Formats: sequence, structure tokens, C-alpha cells
Amino acid sequence: MDYTYFPGCSLESAHCGYNDSVKKVFSHLGCNLHELEDWNCCGATAYMSVKEIVGFAIAARNLAIAEKQKWDLVAPCSSCYTILAKTHRHMKELPELKDRVNKCLMEGGLSYNLNVKVRHPLDVLINDVGIDKIREKTKFTLEGLKIANYYGCQIVRPEKGFDDREEPVTMDNLFSAIGAANVYYPMKVKCCGGMLMTTYEDVALKLSKEIIECAVNNGANCIVTTCPLCQMNLEAYQDEINNTYNTNYKMPIFFFTQILGLAFGFTDKELGIDKNLTEGIKINGALMHQ
Amino acid sequence: MKIENIRVPGRLSQKELDLRISFLRQLEAVPNSERIKSCIQCGTCTGSCPVSYAMDISPREVISLFRAGDMESLLHSKTIWVCASCYACQTRCPCLIKVTDIIYALKRLAMEKNIYPPNFPVYSLSKSFVKIMNSYGRLHEPRLLVYYFMKTNPFKLFSFMPLGLRMVKRKRIGYMPSKIKDLKNFQKIIKKAEQYDMPRSVEEVQYLKGAVGYGAVDKQTLLESKKQ
Repeated sequence: MDYTYFPGCSLESAHCGYNDSVKKVFSHLGCNLHELEDWNCCGATAYMSVKEIVGFAIAARNLAIAEKQKWDLVAPCSSCYTILAKTHRHMKELPELKDRVNKCLMEGGLSYNLNVKVRHPLDVLINDVGIDKIREKTKFTLEGLKIANYYGCQIVRPEKGFDDREEPVTMDNLFSAIGAANVYYPMKVKCCGGMLMTTYEDVALKLSKEIIECAVNNGANCIVTTCPLCQMNLEAYQDEINNTYNTNYKMPIFFFTQILGLAFGFTDKELGIDKNLTEGIKINGALMHQ
Repeated sequence: MKIENIRVPGRLSQKELDLRISFLRQLEAVPNSERIKSCIQCGTCTGSCPVSYAMDISPREVISLFRAGDMESLLHSKTIWVCASCYACQTRCPCLIKVTDIIYALKRLAMEKNIYPPNFPVYSLSKSFVKIMNSYGRLHEPRLLVYYFMKTNPFKLFSFMPLGLRMVKRKRIGYMPSKIKDLKNFQKIIKKAEQYDMPRSVEEVQYLKGAVGYGAVDKQTLLESKKQ
């Protein structure tokens, strides 16, 4: 199976662990990722709130290049995924927008004709590869791991995508297939605060604290997420949360591909787990970090 | 009596009228935004919102203030900036109203009309983001934070040092931003896009400009009034 791969800016620098682990997991399952040629930043939500049509135009540049490569476009970052999918959807719903965006793309010698399917790696793993094949390829069962599956906002909302918007289950199914336990976790689609961490820090700290608190109270020993921004807020600001709320959380936050990679027998270095800021946990004694 | 006068319960000041027209222009770019007229004021949006506790005007009140013809309070509110755009309200709205997209439209309008405090955090962050994007084509997070805090609160930058050092130690910060190869054409695309606005129909705005209350965004009423 072949896919066009859109890593996105944050997977290039601060979340290289996500990048490494997605590549490792996909190649282990026989999926080839071809990096999108000369991709640019998707524009994220910041561009959309300044001048919307420019946001659509720069996101459409990526789609236009992906169209030439014919495969589905896989974007692991939740923000990239949602912006690229939104651009595709809006261009489809508003033909006039499509005309204008294409006129802009023409300036760069490109055009987009709505032929790209934007996918999330989780969607590909569950629906294209399938749980049976993943179970087959698993070398270690991850017994003893109690996971709080945190999906975040952007891969499940606003439009109905590959999973339910209130009670998504794809990640739960994935991990129970490789022998891990999923804890009861009602905060799975609650907002972590996102970019508010830089603008209204007090608000974002409260939201992130509630997400970690719920996982702790339900007996989880790690939180697993799909979104770089959620991972950053929950992990890098955990000390700040502890200081503000007088708590003592030491919750490791992993990307779902990192946990999957461990089950496939990759080492923590190969999966970028050694780059996480919080301390890791022991799994089967042998697979551990630090 | 003219037909418009029957349907329109209130008269608006010129300033309010202008704001209303600009807002409706923004709204028309959002697919299905006319659902705003079907709000039943149930408060599901406010109840679902994780940050409504920090807002001065709740999401439910946003819709009712629009109806009441008070755009100015909306644009001066903290609400539109504190929204984290998690889309919980929009997902749960029983009337299928695009609440989050409406708040986005208000954000853009406030920026367009320069209604925000100087060095306002959300605005400065977006502006810094745009600046980096235009010159590299890709985002460089450390640079974004530096630009942003230089504009808003340079001293805050020091509090990021410990975290920054931890990130460097784990090789998670690149010193130089990566640049796209075809930057020239990329900038051409942006330049061209800046000349355009989102597509919208001017006709509807003409009728809606004085309308407040439940008839405010009603295509059906528009058609009827045309027939007569």
C-alpha cells in the first residue's frame, strides 16, 4: 500500500518522535510513505483567523501537489489533518471558492481538482491495514499497560470523520488488540486548551489539568494521544500544572504510534520515546525508557 | 406601512448597521451559516463549552446578542478570543448552528475593524505566525514564540528558558527553520490570494442590513419581499 505523507512543521522539529514512530510502524506493516514534495505549512488555525482565503490557498497548494502523486494523503498532525480536510470540503461545497483558490494556485503553476483523500494514520491503520494484521505483526503483548486514550478535538470534529465525535473507539480497539488495557476515560475528546497555552495560560492549564487528573483517578499509567499540540500541552506544561495546582503528576504522554511500535518490537530510541520529557514506564521489563 | 417595517422590530444606529453588514458578509462565506436563525436558545453550546467559565458572554448569548442587534458588545467581548475552537458546541447543537465558525467570523471582523487592545495576545500570535510563514513557507516554533513574546511581554521569554533547555537536551529544537524550495511561487500564491475575499452574495446583505430579531437571516423572507 502506498500513501503520500505530509509530516507538517511540528513533526519536523519538536515532535520528531511522532514522525519517527509513524514511519517505523507503517513500514513494519508494509505501507510505503512517500513524503509530499516541497510541502508547505498547512497554515493552522492562525492563518484562518487572519485572512481566510489565504489560509485556504496555502493549504490547497499541498493538496494540488498531492494530487499529482495519486495516493491518499496521510497527515499525522491533527491540525494539519483537519485544515487539509476542511480546505477540501469547503472547496467542494463552494464552487466559487474553488475557482478563486485555483486562480491563486495558477500563479504558482498548480491547480487542484478535488481528487485527494485526506487521511489520518489512525484511520489508515484501522480501516486499510486492519486489526487482524496488526495483531499478527505484534511481537510483545503490552500487558500491564493501562492506557487513557486521549483523542483531542481535531481528528473527531467538527465534521463526522472516520470515528464517532463524542465516543471515538478506534484507538481503544487498536490497543486492546495488542493486549493493553484501556481505562474508563470520559475526557477522551475534551479540549486541552490548544493555542490558549500561549495566550490565556490560566485557562489552558485548567483544561490540561482536568485531562491528566481524570486519567490518574481512573488508574491509567499513561496517556496516549494523536495530536502534537495536546502532547506538548500535557507533557511540557505538566510541571507548571503541578506548581499551579499543588499536584504531583508524573504522567507519561505518548503518541499512539510509539506504543504500537513498542508492541512491534522497536526500541525506545527508534521510536523517539527517549525524547519525551516525562519519565517512561516499564513494559514487560525489557521495553522501558531510561 | 412598508413591509420591512413590520418585520423589523428595531432600528439600528449607523455604526451598528455597518458592523452588522460586515458580519453578515463574513458569515456568508461559511456554508450553511443561515442556520443561525434557527437558534432555540437551549444553551447546549454553553454547557458543552470547556472555556465558557472564562467568558464574559456565553456562546448562547452570542447568538441572542446578534439577534438583538448588539454587534458592538460582541466584538468587544473576551469570549471571541478565549474560544479555543474545539468545536464541541458546533458538534452538539441540536439546530445545526455553526457556532464555532460564527465565533471565527467575529474574530476576523474584530481584527478587520481594529477592535482589540494593543499587543493583544491572540492577534499578535497570528501576526507572528503569518510573518514566519510568508518568509519560510514552514513554521519554526521557537521563532514563533520569540516573535510573539517580543511583541507582547519580552520578560515572559525568560520563563520559557528551562523548558527550552530541556527540549534542546532531547534534540527536539532545530536551530534553523527549514525553508521550502519553491518559495517564490509560494509567495506569489499568497500575494494573489490577498487580493481576493471569500465568495459571497451581495444581494442578501442589502436586505438584511437593517433587520434584527428572528427574521434577520431569512432567505425565505428575502424571496417573498422580492416577489411583492
